[in-house]
Amino acid sequence: MTFDLLLLALADGFSYAGLLFLVALGLTLIFGVMGIVNVAHGSFYAFGGYTAATIALWLVERQAPTFVLLGGLLVAAVVVGVILGTAVEAGLLRRVQDKDPILQLLVTFAAFMIFEDLQRLIWGAQPQTAAEIVDRLGNVELFDVTYTVYQVILIPAVAAIAYLLLRGFLRRTRIGKQIVAVTHSREVATALGINARRIGWLTFLIGAVLGALGGALAAPITSLVPGVGTDMIVLSFSVVATAGLGQITGALITALMIGVARSIAVYTMPELEVVVPYLIMVVVLLIRPSGLFTVAQARRI
Amino acid sequence: MSPSMIRILVTLGALAMVGLGLALPWLKTPAIFVLSYGLAALGVVVMLRGGQISFGHAMYACIAGYTVAFIQRAHPETDGVVLVIAGVAAATVAGGLIGVFVVRYRAIFFGMLNLALSMVLFSLLAKLYEFSGGTDGLRISRPPLAGVTLERDGFESVLLVASVAIAMFLGWLVQRYFRSAAGEALAGVKTNEARLEYLGLSAQRVLWFGYVISAALVGMSGALFALVQGLVTPEMGYWLRSGEFVFIAILGGSVHAFGAFLGAVLFELIKLTAAAYLTGVWQMLLGITLIAVILVAPTGIAGLLRMGTRPTEAHR
Repeated sequence: MTFDLLLLALADGFSYAGLLFLVALGLTLIFGVMGIVNVAHGSFYAFGGYTAATIALWLVERQAPTFVLLGGLLVAAVVVGVILGTAVEAGLLRRVQDKDPILQLLVTFAAFMIFEDLQRLIWGAQPQTAAEIVDRLGNVELFDVTYTVYQVILIPAVAAIAYLLLRGFLRRTRIGKQIVAVTHSREVATALGINARRIGWLTFLIGAVLGALGGALAAPITSLVPGVGTDMIVLSFSVVATAGLGQITGALITALMIGVARSIAVYTMPELEVVVPYLIMVVVLLIRPSGLFTVAQARRI
Repeated sequence: MSPSMIRILVTLGALAMVGLGLALPWLKTPAIFVLSYGLAALGVVVMLRGGQISFGHAMYACIAGYTVAFIQRAHPETDGVVLVIAGVAAATVAGGLIGVFVVRYRAIFFGMLNLALSMVLFSLLAKLYEFSGGTDGLRISRPPLAGVTLERDGFESVLLVASVAIAMFLGWLVQRYFRSAAGEALAGVKTNEARLEYLGLSAQRVLWFGYVISAALVGMSGALFALVQGLVTPEMGYWLRSGEFVFIAILGGSVHAFGAFLGAVLFELIKLTAAAYLTGVWQMLLGITLIAVILVAPTGIAGLLRMGTRPTEAHR
C-alpha cells in the first residue's frame, strides 16, 4: 500500500466515520434512556437520505444557492426524525414498555420491516442521489491528492459539531441533565419529579434526528438503494456495541476505528470490506464482553 | 390444553399435511418448506426459552445446506440420508464451537453477535466463488434415499413423509427437553440467572446446551431445505432469513414446542396471500402481523391455545 493510497483511505474513512458516528450517536442515546436497541434506526437513516435527495433535487431544479441546498439537507433530517421518531416512540414503544425486552426489540424490528416497504413504495428501487452538492462545494488538495470539500471537511465538521453540542447539552442544560438522570435510573429520576416519559420522547426525537441527519449527509455521496437502512443499522450497532452501549465518546472513537479500518479494507482487500466491522466487533467483544468503554454494572439478584 | 389433546392435534395435523400433500402434488414443496421453517423456528424457540434472541441462526441452516452440497460435489452418489445426517452434524459441531463463545453474552449482545457471525459467513460464501459458487450458490441433484433412486414426484413424497416424521419426533423430543431438568434450568436463565447460579448450576453451560440443540434443529431445517430446493445460496444465511425464523417463533409462541410449526403454517399462508394479492408489501405485512401478535397475543398461537399450561397447573 503506497502512501498516497493510505492518505486516500484515511480521508475516505474519516468522512465515513463521521456519518457512522452520527447514526451510532442517535442509536446509543436512545439506548441509554429507553434501554432498547432501536432497529428502526436504520429506517431513520434511509428515510433521511431519500428525503434529502428529493429535496435537494427539487432545489437544484430551481437554481437554489449552495447554502439553501445544505439547509435543505438539515430540514430533511429534522422533519424525518420528528415524524418517524414520534411514530415509533409514541405509536409503538409506549404500548410495549412493560413487556419482555425481547418483544420491545422485536417491535422496533417490525417497524423497520414496515418502513423498508414504505420506502420502496415511495421512492422505488431506482438509485437516488444528490451529487450536485458535492460538485458545488469544490475540491481541496492535501499532499498532492485531491479530495472533495464535502467529504473531508463538511461531514467531519458536522459530526464534530453534533458531538460537542450534544455533550454540552447533556452537561449544561436542565433538560440535558434530566436525560442523564433518566439514563442512570428511570425510577429514581421519576421519584425526583422528572417526567421520564417526556424525557424519553424527547431523547428519542433527538436520536431519530441524528440518524436521519446521517442519512441526509450521506445522500450526496452515496447512491441510495433499498437495503441501505439494513447495512447502516448493523454497522452502527457494531459501533455502539464495540464502544459499549450508551457511551457517547466511546462511540466517536469506535466510529473512527471502524470507519478507517473499513476504508483501508476497501483499498487493500475489497472482498473483506463487509466483514471488517463485524470482525472488529467480534474481536473486541471477545476480550471485553460489554464493549471497550463500558463501566461495570451491579448485578441484580 | 392437556397433553393427550395436544397429541391428538399434532397427529391430526401431521395426517392432514401428508394427506393434502399426496392428494394435491403442488402442495408438497410448500408443505416441506413449512416443516423446514418450523424446525428452524423451533431452534429459535429453544433460545427464546432461555430469554435470548438470535438474529443469526440462519447460519446453521446455511452450514448444513452447504455441507450437503459440498459432500455431494465430492461424492456424487452419496445417499440423501447420509447427506442430511452429515449436514446436521456439521451444524451441531459449529453450534458447539460458536456456542462456547456466544453464551457468555446476553440480550442484544447475544442477538447481534450471532448476526455478525452469520453475516461474516454470508459474505464469505458470496465472495469465495471458487469454493462456494458465489452468489449463484451450488446445485444439489436429487440423491438416492436409503438406497432407492426416485423420480421427482416420488422423491418429494418420501421427503414430505420423512419431514413430517422428523418434525413430530423432534417436536416431541424438544418438548421433553423443556420439561426436563436441563430445560427448566434454561427457563431459569430467563427468569433469574443469579438465582440459578446460587443453586449450583452454571448458567453458561445450561445455555450452551440449549444453543447446541437449537443449532442442530436449524441445521436439520437447512439440510431438508437444501434437498427439496435442490440449490443452496448464501441467502440461506442472510439476516432476513434469521429474521423470518424469529418471526415464526414469536408467531407460534415459545410455551410449547409444537407452536413453532403452527407459526410456520401461518407464516406460509401470509406469504402465499402476499404473493397472490399484495406483491411488494410482503415485509410490511410481516411487520404489521408481528406488531399485532406482540400487542394482542405476546405468547403466540401456542399461548392462545393454552398449550403450555397443563390442566393441573392452571389453578396455581
